[in-house]
Amino acid sequence: MPADASIHLFLLLWALGVLLISGVASALAGRWSERTSVVLGIAGAGMACLAGLAAAVAGLTARATGTIMLPWRIPYGAFSLGLDSLSAFFLIPLFLLSGLAAVFASGYFRPWNERNPGRFWLFYNLLVASMALVVLARNGVLFLVAWEAMSLASFFLVTFDDRAADAREAGWIYLVATHVGTAFLIAVFILLGRESGSQEFSAYAVPAGSAGALFLLGLLGFGTKAGLFPLHVWLPEAHPAAPSPVSAVMSGVMIKTGIYGIVRMLAVMGAVPGWCAWLVLAIGAVSGVLGVLFALAQHDLKRLLAYHSVENVGIITLGLGLGMLGVHYGIPAVAALGFAGGLLHVLNHALFKGLLFLGAGAVAHATGTRDIERLGGLLKRMPWTGAAFLAGAVAICGLPPFNGFASEFLIYVGAFRTLLANGGLALGGLVAVVALALIGGLAAACFAKAFGIVFQGEPRSPAAAAAHEVPRSLVAPMLVLAALCLAIGLGAGAVVRALDPAVAQLAGPIVMSDAPRGIFPIALGTVLALLVALTLALAWIRRRLLAGRSVRAAVTWDCGYAAPTASMQYTATGFAQPLTNGAWAILQPHVEARLPQGVFPVSASFESHAPDVARANLYDPLFRRLAVGLGWFRWLQQGQVHWYVLYIVVVLMVLLAWALVS
Amino acid sequence: MSGVIEIILIFLILANLILLGASRLRNAIRIVAWQGLVLGLMPLLAHRDGLVWAAILLGAGSAGIKGFVFPALLNRALRETQASREIEPFVGYVLSLLAGVGVLALSVWFGSRLPLPWPPASNLLVPAGMFTVWTGLFLIVTRRKAITQVLGYVVLENGIFTLGMVLVEAMPLLVELGVLLDIFVAVFVMGIIVFNINREFDHIDSDQLAALKEGGP
Repeated sequence: MPADASIHLFLLLWALGVLLISGVASALAGRWSERTSVVLGIAGAGMACLAGLAAAVAGLTARATGTIMLPWRIPYGAFSLGLDSLSAFFLIPLFLLSGLAAVFASGYFRPWNERNPGRFWLFYNLLVASMALVVLARNGVLFLVAWEAMSLASFFLVTFDDRAADAREAGWIYLVATHVGTAFLIAVFILLGRESGSQEFSAYAVPAGSAGALFLLGLLGFGTKAGLFPLHVWLPEAHPAAPSPVSAVMSGVMIKTGIYGIVRMLAVMGAVPGWCAWLVLAIGAVSGVLGVLFALAQHDLKRLLAYHSVENVGIITLGLGLGMLGVHYGIPAVAALGFAGGLLHVLNHALFKGLLFLGAGAVAHATGTRDIERLGGLLKRMPWTGAAFLAGAVAICGLPPFNGFASEFLIYVGAFRTLLANGGLALGGLVAVVALALIGGLAAACFAKAFGIVFQGEPRSPAAAAAHEVPRSLVAPMLVLAALCLAIGLGAGAVVRALDPAVAQLAGPIVMSDAPRGIFPIALGTVLALLVALTLALAWIRRRLLAGRSVRAAVTWDCGYAAPTASMQYTATGFAQPLTNGAWAILQPHVEARLPQGVFPVSASFESHAPDVARANLYDPLFRRLAVGLGWFRWLQQGQVHWYVLYIVVVLMVLLAWALVS
Repeated sequence: MSGVIEIILIFLILANLILLGASRLRNAIRIVAWQGLVLGLMPLLAHRDGLVWAAILLGAGSAGIKGFVFPALLNRALRETQASREIEPFVGYVLSLLAGVGVLALSVWFGSRLPLPWPPASNLLVPAGMFTVWTGLFLIVTRRKAITQVLGYVVLENGIFTLGMVLVEAMPLLVELGVLLDIFVAVFVMGIIVFNINREFDHIDSDQLAALKEGGP
């Protein structure tokens, strides 16, 4: 029974107001009191996220819908907000992760040294508020304003560490990418509103015959924000450069506003041509596989995680594509399963990727480096961080009993359903199954590498050896996220049921057939029972094997050497080499190796970099040509006021004469 | 009434021509000040429904600012920068005058073709206003010194003000006040910047500021 959402919307508006006011207050206080500034910022973010989370959860479970509309003096604009199941669903991870990351940030930046905390909290709270506004907006102009505010706030957060040259460069790449995306979106909104002359979502109409082209434009615009291949180039630059809590929010939540845009566009436009569904499916598969392949080749922990965002957005898109195919071919079960899997993965990815980025931040906080090759043995030194990171790693690989399994499982079930249908649809299912399997396997390999090299073995540098567990304000958010990952994995059935109304908005008014819902407890119960049995069996075998032998503890991976050193361990690159070698043609890594020579080699070195293929082969040449082409107009740029005014005068004169003569 | 307006407009045109031929900065400042002062009378005369408080306010304000405040600011800048009193144009005075006459003819032609919502108080109003606008722009483009450029902006505003008289009923007072405020801020800021540029570089030739620009060939 749909309920009225005015109380929820009121609470959400209050949260937006608190975020704005606390952000500005924190910025003002930042000049004279660091402590006041931090307290104001964190208090505002905390209160607003709690209120927003409560409103979103209540709105989703009560299936509340409603709109608020206030007049606005901007042409075509109106301050028109709406809450429905889709919006409420996207708001949940948004407020949850933003709140937890804010707690993390309060400890992460201490000591602030010469950084102004007011600058961080202003943009952080603005980012959270604008993301929420994007999800709530029901007017094209308001949506674009919120979208732009979100992009700018995140730009200032990416460049928060503005003394680092790479942070500044990453900021520019991000700024260019996000504005190119926004340009497509403006076109979409103008075209949608042209027929009715109104920018209200409810008044939008698709011009006859152009649904496919419109969807494509939207996919380009929203896909840039979501980080779909090959529009993902800003992700591996911006995420490592940003402070870790910001990376967590950007990767966990902000790129999901791109997914939200695609989903909202589907809901507003209604039917789209079949080829759009195929395109979405294909892009999802390509993003997923390439994302994880690139992740394998990285040795910067946060860059690795950034490529995993490309992969997971690919999985989400794969689910959406499957759902769209189900709608197009009129098979409700496939549609419902695909959309449910995609949407659930939005929530799941927010949780485990947020957790992993916070974990990477904790590692960087403790050791001062993100280079995997310089870490090692951290599990003994940072047990809580290590345990939380492990939970996130298991979840992102889609292994039970964590949450990643639940959403990927839904997509798998939907994909296998298509095999029952004949004709083209089965091909889509096949693509999805193969892609998912490949992604899952490679992701497991990648996190075996990441966790194994960073947390196990022996430290590879003095910084890693001297690491200590991070303060409680950093550990607590990670543990909460890990617990949530587990809880959603175990209670997946209930979560999927709560998702029903949001799925119905996309898949049409169908009830998800009982079979997949019933499958959950059975499958999960079986898997858990198997897992417990397997663990017990292994423990028993271990006991049997060790019985009556002497047990001795030694350093990890000492390989029987008399005097092992840390450099004898596997490196991250070495660990991933069998897999990256197989994908040599795609990754195109630069390798500089001086192999050991002779019987007693004196020195040897090995270096490898995997530059982004899309950037190296598509964007860099494109922008170089563009720069050369635009260079022809340099002579106009004299740098003298006289000339600029002359240009204006000439243009004015010509226009006036033209208007009067014709 | 229209006789007085026409006298004012003719004065406006003559002032523009003198300005184009003027070689002394102090003279140019004085001419622009007179132009602004006399223009302040226009709203009182152009308004058909007799005197309105708004029109009086606008006229007095504009005359006060352009006739006394601007010249004082500019003279101060001139004194403190100790710039040479020559105008130093890119385009010579004779050529400037010839161009001015050409533009005047063009303005008359434009004025005869420009569709207006209602007949203006005088047939000269549109050509004179337009000529003043072009003169201002011409001064900005062809004069070397930053102070002459400021003068150009003020003349430009005088032109806009004159054209506004045509539309005095359609153009809200607020718009005119806004333009005046813009110019006021511009002159104020420029006065300060000119002073600072002079202190840093020992000259106020705006064409040499090109040395500051980033990159480029």
